[in-house]
Parts: sequence; structure tokens; C-alpha cells
Amino acid sequence: MDDKKRNEAYNKYVKAKLPKTRPWPSLFNSFLVGGIICCLGQGINDLILLWFPNMAEQSAWAYTLIVLIFIASFLTGIGIYDKIGKFAGGGSIVPITGFSNSIASPAIEFKHEGIIYGICVKMFTIAGPVIVVGIVSSILVGIIYLFI
Amino acid sequence: MGKSQTIIFKNKPVIIGSYSIVGPKEGKGNFGPYFDYVMKDDSFGEKSYEKAEKKMLESAIVGAIEDAKIKPKDVQLILAGDLLNQIISSSYAARNFDVSFFGLFGACSTMAESLAVGSSFIDSKHFQKVVCATGSHFSSAERQFRFPLELGNQRPPTSQWTVTGAGATVLSSTGKGPKISMATIGKVVDYGVIDVNDMGAAMAPSAMDTMLAHFRDTNTVPDDYDMIVTGDLGKFGSEILIDLMEHNGIKLGLNYNDCGQMYFTRNQNTLSGGSGCGCSATVLNSYIIRKLRTGELKKVLFMPTGALMSTTAAQQGESIPGVCHAIVIESDVGKDSKKNFQSVEVKKQTKTSSIKSSPKAKNEELSLQNEKNDLNEKINSKDNDKEKMTDGRKQKSILSFNREE
Amino acid sequence: MYYLWVFLIGGFICMLGQVLIIYTNITSARILVTFVLIGVLLEAFGIFDPISSFARAGINVPIIGFGASLAKGAIGAVKAKGLLGAFTGGLEATAGGIAAAVIFAFIFALIFKSKTKN
Repeated sequence: MDDKKRNEAYNKYVKAKLPKTRPWPSLFNSFLVGGIICCLGQGINDLILLWFPNMAEQSAWAYTLIVLIFIASFLTGIGIYDKIGKFAGGGSIVPITGFSNSIASPAIEFKHEGIIYGICVKMFTIAGPVIVVGIVSSILVGIIYLFI
Repeated sequence: MGKSQTIIFKNKPVIIGSYSIVGPKEGKGNFGPYFDYVMKDDSFGEKSYEKAEKKMLESAIVGAIEDAKIKPKDVQLILAGDLLNQIISSSYAARNFDVSFFGLFGACSTMAESLAVGSSFIDSKHFQKVVCATGSHFSSAERQFRFPLELGNQRPPTSQWTVTGAGATVLSSTGKGPKISMATIGKVVDYGVIDVNDMGAAMAPSAMDTMLAHFRDTNTVPDDYDMIVTGDLGKFGSEILIDLMEHNGIKLGLNYNDCGQMYFTRNQNTLSGGSGCGCSATVLNSYIIRKLRTGELKKVLFMPTGALMSTTAAQQGESIPGVCHAIVIESDVGKDSKKNFQSVEVKKQTKTSSIKSSPKAKNEELSLQNEKNDLNEKINSKDNDKEKMTDGRKQKSILSFNREE
Repeated sequence: MYYLWVFLIGGFICMLGQVLIIYTNITSARILVTFVLIGVLLEAFGIFDPISSFARAGINVPIIGFGASLAKGAIGAVKAKGLLGAFTGGLEATAGGIAAAVIFAFIFALIFKSKTKN
């Protein structure tokens, strides 16, 4: 019991001592980079619709995302995306490019363990939960819609 | 309480050789000029970072043996440890030496652990020549403990930078050099810190525990030491340690600092400072031992801390226990340090040339070594310039690295 | 002109992610999961489309859009195929994105090596 009290007191002390960082610069950075990535996506979407005016809106968005994913994977490969991420934080994690980065980075990182056990197994170490949660929740939503 | 945790060695082991090897970023840090070898590229010509870490440890051991002017076959025992799972770097490095081997794990405190174990073997006269080595690599540690290198994420302000580097020390029962006089074996201490990005706070209580035990067992006070260094509490953790010690009625003065805190310059973006086995090992085997040999430092309390956690334990919600071992190293040089400093410089020159001629060095490294030789000469001349300053001032200047006082 | 909306809304959503990072210290995997869930919920309650009509890429590019298309696919397929749609719809709608992420990651992993940070 004594230890528990001591630990609580210590954790409280550590929390109070934690270095205070000003949140505004990083919030601004994430806003800026996030906004730019979204504008880039809009630009790609507009270009696709300009070149293929008959394309359905849904397909145009799919192509847009594929292009963004390609760019992000490439930037991850040449080692630039992590530098953007260091600057932007949430600004480069939340867009679909962050999803792409989270798949490409472990794939590249673990290539020394081989194609099967390295690249293929580790690919979803970070993005796996996203796909699992996404699929599970979408199935639930679908089933709910079945009954209403 | 009551029982002593400290060993006082009767046959004091002598540090007859030391070697430090670091990555390029570390070479640009505050201790840059003191390292024996700075790698141009932290993959060290190897395919993976794990292999690079192994090679680093290997060359640190070879370098220390050469520095001690003994032959590899004279070594009777290698004690080594690192941060990777099943301490593969150490075992794989030891594979290439025809020498008895103990792999040790004390996380980032392994350097002190190996010195304490090695010293005990020498004190008890079971062995005469023991090599103690540890190393860590930023990239291999990062992928094991945290995230892939290319993932675009931000590091919280308390996080630390694993040092890419390895250090090795040769202990001997005879010879000239700094002597290890005491070792305090720490207990595992856990104050319930859960945040894996805040290792400093998790380890500071263990440093306090060992420090208190050491001062109690040996009847010493902080002022008895020229330098008290913890391993990798970082900037944040060492501030906590100062507070904790003050709470226990012991004030740590300007002679206290933390290797992790001192390691990098302010603009190297390492947040709370360096960490990892390599952090304390390279500082000990470069700056500290060199200053002990010249007599600029007389008595050093070296106490690296280790966080004994794994990602599995952390994911299961376990808190992070820490351990800290303390080693007292005393210089064998008297007051007339000037003369001895010269002799060490001469020794250093011959050492680099011996490495140059060793068959281990590849062509690429040869050219690098040449560059390094030039650099060494420059540094040596710079060192001599510095020498004109008073000892006290110089010591204070490096001890106050990154300390806001 | 609508680029301003794209920028403001996209930036704002990303900033919310940063707020989570600063105040809860969560890792990027958790952030992505959180925002996918938000997207699924927005679509389930029918709020996503009204926002999307003026925010466009501002909400489609953040991973919220990925969650929304998962839910949209599931809902649409349920109406067309019944129960089976709940299982096939979500992945069908997002298959392009997932497949692209996998194939590009695979190709670039074969080409590139991870570089150390400085």
C-alpha cells in the first residue's frame, strides 16, 4: 500500500515537472500541411475530371486517392515523408497519405527479414488496426441499415 | 536496509585499454573530438543495422585490445551486452573471438554491470584480462522498440535519442591506468511510470536508490568526486534525480551531470538527450577514461541507469522498472598531470597508426582512417591549446553542457 | 474559391489529429483508427455527404473519407444485396485505396532501403 501511495505521488510530481511545450506552432504546422495535402488532392481530382469528363464522381475520387497514395509511398521510400511528418505531426498522419506511409514504412524497414516474413508480414503492423476497425464498423453499420 | 550493496575491491582492476566508436551524428555531438572512431555512415558498410551494431561492438573490442597493447589471445573473458532481443549483437560479436564469453543484460546500465562483474573476477584473481563492452544502434533500437524509421511521426519532448555507438574497456590485474575501486550493485526500482516515452522519469528513482546506497555504504558525499555521471536519464530525468536527491538531503552540485544530457548539442534535435547502452559506454571510454589518464579527473562515480522493459510488457500495461549500478574509477596520476598528458598524447598517436596497419581495416575505411588521423592531429593540437586553460575551468565547461544552472 | 474551403476544412481536421497527439500522446495507429471511426459514424448518420458537397477534398482526403466510403459501400450494398452486402460493400468501395497502398508499399520496399534519421 505504501508503495502505491509513493508511486502515485511520484507520477504526480513527474507530470507537474513535464516540460511545457507551446502547442500553437505544431497546431499551425499540422493545419498548414494538412490543408496543403487536401488542396493537392482536390487539384488531382479536378485534373482527372478535366481530362475524363465522363467519369463518375466516385471513380474520380478513387483515382485521386490512388495517386496520393502513390506519391506518399514514393516519398516514404526516398526518406522524405518522415521529415514532413516530423514537421507536420497530425498534418501528415490524418490524410490518406499518412495511411499509405504507415503501410510503406514498415514494409521498407523490415525488408532485411525477407519478402515473406519481412515485407509482407510487417506491412500491416501499424495500418492493420485501421483496416480491421474500418471493416468491423462498416459491417456493423451495414447490418444496422438492414433493419431500418 | 542496512546490508551493504557495495563491493570494495582489494586488488583494484586497472583499465589498461579503452575504445569508443560512434555514428556520424554522435561524432558531431559534444564529445565528438574525444571518440576514437567516427563512422562515416551508420550502416558501417553492412546490409542491416543489426549487423552494423554487431560490427561496431566487434571493432570496439578489437580497438580496446589494441589500445591495451595486448594480444587477443591474452584476453580471458569477454563481458558484453546490448539492447537487442537476446542480446544478439554481443553474442555474434563474441563469436569471432576465441575467448570465454558472458552476455549481460542490464538495458542501458550494461556498461556498469559488465565492469562490476569483470572487476569482481579480477579482484578474486580468477582472471587477469577481461574485456567489457556494450553498444547500441539508433536504427536497430528504433525498429525494435518504437516505429519504423520512415514513419512520419513526432517525438514527444521527453523522448530520447538512442546513441549509435559502442565502447569497450580492457580490465587487467596489473599495469598502469585508472583503477576501479568500488562497485555498488543496484536494486530494481519501480515507481510506477508507464509512459515509454519518458524513460528518464522511470529510471531516476533507481539512480537515486543506488546513489543513496553508495554514499551510505562508502561514507562519501557528492563532493568527494570530481565527476558524478549518470548514464541516460536525459535532461528531464536528471532534473528529476537532482530533485529526488535533494528530497533525501543530498545536494548534487555542478560535478553532477548525465551522459545523455551532455551528449548532443542543442541544435541536434534530440529533445531530452541521448540514451542506450552506447551512450554511457562511449562517454566512459572516450572522455572520462582519457581525463582520468591525464589526471584531470581524479575520482569519478559512473552510474548508468537501465530501463528493464520490453515492448510486450509495455503493451500489457506494466510499468517500467529501472536499475542502476555505480562504479568508482580513480585516476592513478598524481598532481603533476601535465607530464602525463603528454605521454598519453604520444600513446594515442601510435595507437591510430596501429589500427591503420591492422588487416581488419578495409580500403574504404583506410581512407577514412587517414582523414581521421588528420582530424586527430587537429584535435590533439586543439586539445593542447585548451590545456593552457586552467583545469578547473575546462572541466566545468564540459560538465555544464546543456545544464541550465 | 472552393480551394479555400478545402484548405480550411482539411487543415482543421488534421489539426484535430495534432490536438489528440499533444494532449493524449497517442500513437499514429490510434489516430488513424479514431479518424476512420469518425468517418464511419459521419456516414452512418448521413452527415458526411452534406459536408463533402462543399468541403470536397477537405474531407475526402483525410482518412475520414476512407471510413465514410467503407460505411457508404456497406450501406449501399445492403440495399442492393441484403445481408451479404454488409460484408462485401465496405471493402468493395475501398478496395482501390487498400490495394494501391499495398502494391506501392511492396514495390517501393523492394526498391528502397530505410534511411537513418538525423
